[in-house]
Amino acid sequence: MTQTAKKGDWVRIHSIVLKAEERTAKLPEDTQKCDLQQWTKGFQQDEFAGIGDWVTVLTAANRLVKGELVEVNPGYTHGYGEFVPEIVQIEKQLKDIMYGGGE
Amino acid sequence: MGLSKAYDSVMGRANEIMKKSLALDYGTFESGSIAFDYKALMNATNYTLDDITRIQSQNGVGNTPMLEFRNLTALARKYAKPGCGARIFAKDEAANATGSFKARRAACSVAHAKKMGYQGVVAATSGNYGAAVASQAAMQGLKCIVLQECYDSRGVGQPEIIEKARKCEAYGAEVIQMTVGPELFYYFLTVLEDTGYFNASLYSPFSVAGIETLGYEIAVQCHEKIGRDPDMVICTNAGGGMITGTARGLLKAGCTDTQLVAASIDLTGLHMASDEQFNKKSCTTGHTGFGVPYATDPDHSDVPRSAARPLRYMDRYVTVKQGVAMYITEALAVLEGIERGPAGNVALAAAFSLAQEMPEDAVLVVAETEYTGAGKHIQPQMAFARENGIDIHFGDPNAEDKPGQNLILPEDPSFIRHEEADINHFRKSFIKKAVTRAGAAQVTEVDVRYLIAETNTNESFVRETLGELGVH
Repeated sequence: MTQTAKKGDWVRIHSIVLKAEERTAKLPEDTQKCDLQQWTKGFQQDEFAGIGDWVTVLTAANRLVKGELVEVNPGYTHGYGEFVPEIVQIEKQLKDIMYGGGE
Repeated sequence: MGLSKAYDSVMGRANEIMKKSLALDYGTFESGSIAFDYKALMNATNYTLDDITRIQSQNGVGNTPMLEFRNLTALARKYAKPGCGARIFAKDEAANATGSFKARRAACSVAHAKKMGYQGVVAATSGNYGAAVASQAAMQGLKCIVLQECYDSRGVGQPEIIEKARKCEAYGAEVIQMTVGPELFYYFLTVLEDTGYFNASLYSPFSVAGIETLGYEIAVQCHEKIGRDPDMVICTNAGGGMITGTARGLLKAGCTDTQLVAASIDLTGLHMASDEQFNKKSCTTGHTGFGVPYATDPDHSDVPRSAARPLRYMDRYVTVKQGVAMYITEALAVLEGIERGPAGNVALAAAFSLAQEMPEDAVLVVAETEYTGAGKHIQPQMAFARENGIDIHFGDPNAEDKPGQNLILPEDPSFIRHEEADINHFRKSFIKKAVTRAGAAQVTEVDVRYLIAETNTNESFVRETLGELGVH
């Protein structure tokens, strides 16, 4: 993964919106222990920065937002996941019920 | 010196921020007691059904096909008593721009924002609505920011929500992704305040009025296909907008005898604001975790008064288990040849079971389908469940299901059974919350009439419930 970014690179930044102790809303205990965090993306405005540096980005909605640089050229990795064999069992069952099994 | 961005300061300015970001003063609809003027709120849009139809048709929205699921109907009849098994139809809302009925809500909100001179729109949503707003903003030339509750504290996100972020970004929107917690609303307010953009809330009257065309089209298409009104329309229920808008559209088309059924996945026991439980659910919407709190207390949304008021319109509220929605999604693909997303199929799962209670010549319409794809599909959603320690197996969902622990796929289609939720319990809960919210020790005649309409009940039900609360 690229570790540095220059001005104009598309990057992802992270920041803490509320620290755990600042969270006063009615929350379950486990959530109360966590910081409220946010991530957004934009074009880096700083000349040069490395992962973990505090930078400013210009977002797709033209907002200037500051945060910790966490990713350069952030992409998407979600897909269809590990195969779930139950799905083909459902398919087979439905075809058998509707159209008969076997040959 | 700018205004303070501290939590309490921003929350203290909520009403002022709302007023500016919606160009609507909700104070004018209030009675000063429990009641507010819902009709006036809906009329405040100043858009007729024809206006909305025109806006939508200019922006790739509406007039979606109504499909008859003959094979699913035939399958349901195998498990029904002789002579039973209603015909199952569905509105293929995946045919809208961005692949869901949410485009109807977004088209109207964004068009209004543009008319009022806003430079951009902001929406708080982890669902299909984000992409719908982003797409409409792209079509209509406005900037767009979407805020999502997306990750747990480890930074692990539901694949379904991550896909929706991708889709928003594909339309040129900025997506702010946040960890679990209701304070997303606080951050949403700061974004509205800083940008001066329009609050394209799911719960504004513009959004809900946009859904009326769906109900109207169902009525018109039923008349074309079967020559009469549908007997039942089933809506997947989360925030309550779909059933509210669809019912209003059906009523505008004169369908006064059509039964309206809300359907949600039963996620009883999972806390929606829990960091640890956030990734233990296998469907991120269309479940009771949203459906019940929004039905019984619609006004805890991102507008002062929600235009989505599901209890006004629903006749029944039914639930199904997560595994049933997954199974019916695969059945839709393999028997009807259309691949559609699981969340929108909650109503279809309920329909499969409800149809078996109805005669063969009855007609039941499922109000929506939605798009499917990477992340947002039964394959990745069940794979994600398994990665998070959820036990997936075939069995009897109604007997074995434990949200957060397992996902029970029906052993065969006879195990696809809905359960009837206690709608009167929800109605009583609504009245209790409305009284508490208003801090009312006494009720006015206007309040009583309001509560009758809000709960779709009668005077004795409302007075009896108020009596139980010690309010007269």
